[in-house]
Order: sequence, then C-alpha cells, then structure tokens
Amino acid sequence: MSRIALAVVTVVLLAAIPGYLSDYSLGLMIGLVTYVTLASAWALFSGHTRYVSLATVAFYGSGAYTVAVLNESLPYPLVLLCAGLIGFLLALIVGLSTLRLAGIYFVIFSFGLAELIRQLITWYEVNVTGTLGRYIFLDVTARGIYWQMLALAVFTIGLSAWIGRHRLGLALKVIGDDEMVAAHSGIDLSRTKLIAFTLSSTIITLAGAIASPRWTYVEPSLVFNPTVSFLTVIMALLGGANRLWGPLMGAVPLFLLFEWLSVSFPDTYPVILGLMFIAVVFLFPQGLLSSAEAFRNRLKGGTA
Amino acid sequence: MTTLILGLVLGGTYALLALGLTIQYGIARIMNLAYGEITLAAAFVLVFLFQAAGISPLAAILLVGPLGYAIGWALYAVMMRPLVARSGGGSRLEVDSILATFGLLFVIQGLLLMVFGSNFTSIAYLDQGISVFGVTVALNRLLAFAVCVIAGGALTLAISRSRWGLVMRAVALTPSSAPLVGIDVNRVARQAFALGSALAAIGGTSVAMYQTFSATDGVVFTMKALVIVIMGGVGNVPGVLVAGFALGLVETFVATMIDPGLTLAATFAIFLGVLLWRPQGIFGRRA
Repeated sequence: MSRIALAVVTVVLLAAIPGYLSDYSLGLMIGLVTYVTLASAWALFSGHTRYVSLATVAFYGSGAYTVAVLNESLPYPLVLLCAGLIGFLLALIVGLSTLRLAGIYFVIFSFGLAELIRQLITWYEVNVTGTLGRYIFLDVTARGIYWQMLALAVFTIGLSAWIGRHRLGLALKVIGDDEMVAAHSGIDLSRTKLIAFTLSSTIITLAGAIASPRWTYVEPSLVFNPTVSFLTVIMALLGGANRLWGPLMGAVPLFLLFEWLSVSFPDTYPVILGLMFIAVVFLFPQGLLSSAEAFRNRLKGGTA
Repeated sequence: MTTLILGLVLGGTYALLALGLTIQYGIARIMNLAYGEITLAAAFVLVFLFQAAGISPLAAILLVGPLGYAIGWALYAVMMRPLVARSGGGSRLEVDSILATFGLLFVIQGLLLMVFGSNFTSIAYLDQGISVFGVTVALNRLLAFAVCVIAGGALTLAISRSRWGLVMRAVALTPSSAPLVGIDVNRVARQAFALGSALAAIGGTSVAMYQTFSATDGVVFTMKALVIVIMGGVGNVPGVLVAGFALGLVETFVATMIDPGLTLAATFAIFLGVLLWRPQGIFGRRA
C-alpha cells in the first residue's frame, strides 16, 4: 500500500514540476520522460522474452511522421489515434511474419525495419507527393507534451506491473527461459509474443507522436535516427530489462549523461556511446538492479 | 541484358559478403550486426589509399584483406571469446553477440564518421567501358566481379575439399562433439570469425571500386548479407552464393525498371517471402 502511495505522490510531484522549471529544463524533462517510456515499453516485450527488438525508432519515427502528415487535416486526438493504429498494424505485420519463427529472424527483421520505412517514405514523398520534409504546427505547449508523455510513461509502467502479475507476464517469462518448456505447458507461443510486441510497439509509436510537435520540422532522415533505438536498448539493459523499475533506473542516469556527452563531445559522441553499450553488455548482463541485489546478498552473507 | 550483367556483378559482391557472414554465424556462432561497418571501413581505407598514396585498388586488396583478417581475429579474441565462455554453449550467446556487435556497430560507424566524414564517397578508377556480350560494362565493375569470384570460389573449394574445410564444417555441424575428435573449437571459431571479417573487407574493396557509399550505409549492407544468408540457408555455402547472385539480379532489376530508391524494399520483400514460405532457406533442408 505504501508503495502505491509513494508512486502516486511522485507522479503528482512530477506533474506539478513544469511551473517551476525554465524552458530548457522542461525540454530536458520531456526528453527524460520520453526515454523512460521508450525503455519501459521496449522491456515490456524484449525484457522477459529476450527477443531483442532493434526497431524502436521504426515505430517511434512512424508515430512522429504520422503526426507530420495528418496534423493539418485532423483534430489532435484523432491524429494520436491514427498514429497508435498505424503502430499497431505495423507491429502486427512484423509480429505475424517473424514471431512464429526462431528469435533470430525477428532480430534481423527489426534491425533493418527503420531503414526500410525511412526509404519507403522518402521514395513516396519524392515520387508521389513531391514534398520531402513537413512542418508540424500544433498549438500544443511544451507543458502539454510533458503531461501527455508523463501520462504515457505512468501508463506503460502500470501496464508492465499489471502484466507482470498476470498470466501474460508469467507466460512471457517462461518463453524467455525456455520456449520448449513454454510450449509444453500449453502456452500459445506466437499469440503471447504477438500481444506483448504489439502493446510495446503501439506505446512506442504513441511516444513518437506525442514528442513530434517538439520538432516543428520533420524529415524521414531526422525522425528515423538509429540512435533512438540504440539509446532505448542500452537504457533498458543497464537498469535490468526484466525488472519493472529497471528501464527507469537505466534511463534517468544515462539520459542525463548522454545529454552532457552530446554537448561536450559532439564528434566522439557515437564512439563513446558504442563503447558504453559494449561495457554494459559485458559488465551488467542482468542489469544494475540485479547486480546491486547480488552485491547486497554477498555483503549479508559475508557478515553472517 | 544490361540488367542481367550488372545484376551479376552486383550479385558477386553480395555473394561474397554473405559468404563471410554465414561463416561467422555458422561456424563461430556470432551474429555480427557490425558486419556492414567492417565492409565500409575497408571501402574507406581503399579510397584513402588510392587518393592519398596512389596505391592501385588491386594492390590495396592484398593489404586490406589480411588487415580484415587481423582485425577479425583481434575482435574475436578480445570481445567475442569472453561472451562465448560466459554463455557456456547455450542460447545466451546469440542474444549477447547481437547486443555486443550492435554496440560495435556504433563504435565503428562513429570512427568512420570522425575520420572520413559523412559525405558520399566514390573513386574514379578504370571507369572506361568494355563490351561484354554486346553490353558496355565499366572495367572497374568487371574487376570487382573477378575479385569476388576468385575469393569466393577459392574459399568454397577450400571448405568443401580440404582438410581444413572439413574441420570447419565439423564445428559448424556440432560444436559440442568436435573436441572429441581433437578439434580446438575456440581456435577454429576464431579463424572463422577472422576469415569472415577478411571477406567483409574484400567485399568492401569491391564495393569501393564501383559504388558510391557513405559512412552510414553499413546497416544496409549487413541487412542484405543477412537476408542472403537466410535465403540460402544458414551455413549452406552453395545456397548462399546462388542467393547472393539472385539478390543482385533482383535489385538491379528493381533499380532499373521501377526505382533505385526501392532496392532495400525489394530485399525486404524477398525476406518476407522466404520467412512465410521457406524459413529454412530456399536451398535449406527442413529441420
């Protein structure tokens, strides 16, 4: 009970914060909450099943681009709805064609997906509509974006918590441990994976749609930046992708660190990112939370 | 006819690239997502050697190939080996190698961007045309094709005929029982990974001879090589060669008949078809 109260108080505080922040800090907070959402949504599917999705930005970018295309012709809530729907359909296509096969096919498909969508949109815009690059003019303030993103983050973590306590979460964990066992205990493998993947991807698409007004000018090469996929994965891994709070614990410090790095070392930034990623894979294979727990247990064991 | 010949030339490069990738995945068990970056690095080195030092691309291949081998060897020893040891032969290696090489992808790409910049690069080398079956083909393409055929052919022969190839195939088939007949799996895996990197580098030199490329194209090369590997069946060398040429042909066809911007879409369409129809590869056997 006290945990829930703590969570509610934190969310209320976070929601009240924009009134006390400068524009720059608010921008920072939006980025931070965005990555908490992305990392948590990514872990919702990939964390337990260990099906590594490298397609975060394919969905994120699709969401942003949907808003760019529709923002002048439809009211904002409908635009969001369309973005979610597009993410859902896209995830369904990817999931139906790859998730009934071995994990490696899924990884490969997700690896090239962002580049594929980027090329397709570029081709379509150049050859059919003749406009490469679009503007987003919405009267959504930075605070509005922040609140929407915060709501999405809370929803994502809440959904993860709920799934973790129900049949779906258990099924996902078994699949991650051993698919053969999962199949023998009567779990419908493809269906379980598909549900988790579409949920995760739809949330990621919505995150892209909500964040998009920050850009004003949108172009395929801007919104389908592979760094987004990369950051999402490293954040979730660092905290611990199979823990409820893991992605959040990874996203907060890494986002601030990356923000500082990208300003201080703009040229070497990608190299530092890559090296840190490799370091995380080597040093914290189960995430920081698990390492911290193991360390605490060892201390206890040492003194007892 | 032009499409056919240009497609075959492109397919030669793809077949070579996919061959290296299938060796890395099939024998060393490393799914290398940074594969295309190694290809690009080799391409940039070739351009640099040609422009700054005036070294002919053909001579550069003799330099870049062994360099690729050395880098692959070092990467395996430093980066992959601890992951292999940690996984203890389980399925964890696949996830770990995917993640580690995904990180490596950004490191190499970052280095390339730092050193060579983000501009499109190409060189003008032997670009006079030669008539082949009535079609004018630039000499550099033919040369690149010859390089791929020689390197790929020699390797295919070595794997299917020599004792060394037998050892490689044994490890690919059952890494757990290879030690029983006195095979040092670790050494073979390291060799295989290094060899795959060398092929990636040679493929890169052939790309540099006739294509325009930029530092962020690595994903596309990796993706195409992966799709060819799956199309041909993992570990199936002749299958991969045929699939490589097939993709080259399809891509050239799409580029000339429909639009050059849709070549990756064509790759994905093939991939999707293979996944839905024969996931074990067009030339693979059903498990």
